[in-house]
Amino acid sequence: MYLSREEEGIYQGEKGETLRRMMEILVALGDIYGAEKLVPVRSVQVAGVSYKNIGEAGLEWISDLEGQVAVPSILNPAGMDLCRWREMGITEQFALKQQETIEAYRKLGVTIDCTCTPYQIYDLASRGDHLAWSESSAVSYANSVIGARTNREGGPSALAAALVGKTALYGYHLDEFRRPTLLVEVDADLQGSDYGALGFLVGRIVKDGVPFFRLRAAPTVDELKALGASMAASGSVALYYVEDVTPTPPDWKAEERISIDRKEIDEVYAANPGEGADAVALGCPHCSEEELEKIAGLLKGKNVEKTLWVCTARKIAKAHPDLVRTIEESGARVFCDTCMVVSPATERFSKMMVNSGKALAYLPGLAKVKAGLGTMEECINVSLGRR
Amino acid sequence: MEVKCHRVASGVGRGPALVTDQAISFLGNVNSETGIVVDPAHDLFGQSIAGKVLIFPGGKGSTVGSYVIYQLKKKGLAPAAMINLSSEPIVAVGAIISGIPLVDRVPEEILRTKNGRLVEVDADHEWVRISGGD
Repeated sequence: MYLSREEEGIYQGEKGETLRRMMEILVALGDIYGAEKLVPVRSVQVAGVSYKNIGEAGLEWISDLEGQVAVPSILNPAGMDLCRWREMGITEQFALKQQETIEAYRKLGVTIDCTCTPYQIYDLASRGDHLAWSESSAVSYANSVIGARTNREGGPSALAAALVGKTALYGYHLDEFRRPTLLVEVDADLQGSDYGALGFLVGRIVKDGVPFFRLRAAPTVDELKALGASMAASGSVALYYVEDVTPTPPDWKAEERISIDRKEIDEVYAANPGEGADAVALGCPHCSEEELEKIAGLLKGKNVEKTLWVCTARKIAKAHPDLVRTIEESGARVFCDTCMVVSPATERFSKMMVNSGKALAYLPGLAKVKAGLGTMEECINVSLGRR
Repeated sequence: MEVKCHRVASGVGRGPALVTDQAISFLGNVNSETGIVVDPAHDLFGQSIAGKVLIFPGGKGSTVGSYVIYQLKKKGLAPAAMINLSSEPIVAVGAIISGIPLVDRVPEEILRTKNGRLVEVDADHEWVRISGGD
């Protein structure tokens, strides 16, 4: 891989041991994937935040690093609400380790916002920008809806990109890897969680491919968020297109096609019923302002009978104290910085009802908790003890 | 025997060879507290990788494997160096963050090196030296 004189100097250790190793990570990945050179990134979203995932070894590694990030960098969700962890049922021991992890990132100059939806709170990406983002749904959104360019970075490679300000130019940074691999025609009217169900199906079929959707109507941005998140969890889709909605792909020809109808979408719900759920969680990916509004509207003046978590970014919750109040007056909790998928607090439940295809795909494996899928309205009805 | 290689993670290391033609998933295959291969289905089951020059085709499995390598290094249980036919991101990143010399792009015959033979790896100058006749 070609390195400029300055990059070569960093690689040889002229700017210290941390940067040398960071550059070594970028070069090693560039060599593995056949990158021609490095490219500057506009922003970084760092994975490896939840102490549940990184453990003591990961925490030690991050704590040992020195220096400051070179570009705006923010974090993936943590294992708990950084302020209200006690209410989530998080142990003191875990909380301490989680806070240490956050402090280690703060020391490196990373902005302490822990969210899977950085695009909902900051201007970190525009069409054509090169990024180094980590969280699979954020990567999918950035590539597909924003039209920026990022691979799905692991914890160390994202941090390397943050400290160096560059990433290796391969994969989704290049047009040749951004061509659709199959056409998906959807012959159904879709709404809300239907997009999660659709993504759940399509992700399993296309795996790491690039689907091009032909839909009956244009989805909202929240629906696109749900579709991408779900495909990134049931498969490893990092880029998709929706005809006449998302930025358009480079020249391509549909060689393979599949079609999905209403019956197949309904089968996803039927195969994953909410019966027997002892908790309900919304906000995977993190709720937008519009979603909080909708949830507040459904809960206003009512009382929940089951645990109901609403997960969002701290900045969004802070900007809408009225919505948070309405939701919490029902007995539900609005938790920030975390979600049902990454928090160990989820593990005490036996079954969780969700409106997210991503949570449906991950809860059984990551938290050992069964999952049921329903619309947002159905989820809230279950929490209210109806049906 | 001396062969050329490609630097993935810098440094020099030497130790007895520990060789397998199976890929290694550090998360799952290796106990991070002992450095011993604990997967009964793996070629190296029961062997310690600590202080060895670990020769294997490449890594596989979860990306958490990178942190397992780091943990081994912190406990003094990491390999002295690693040699792959073709490194993939998990082992590459693990070696780099841990400061373990790692090279790849070596001839496939290296997988026929006998266990215990002394191997020296100089990643910075991109060579591997294996003591003994063949």
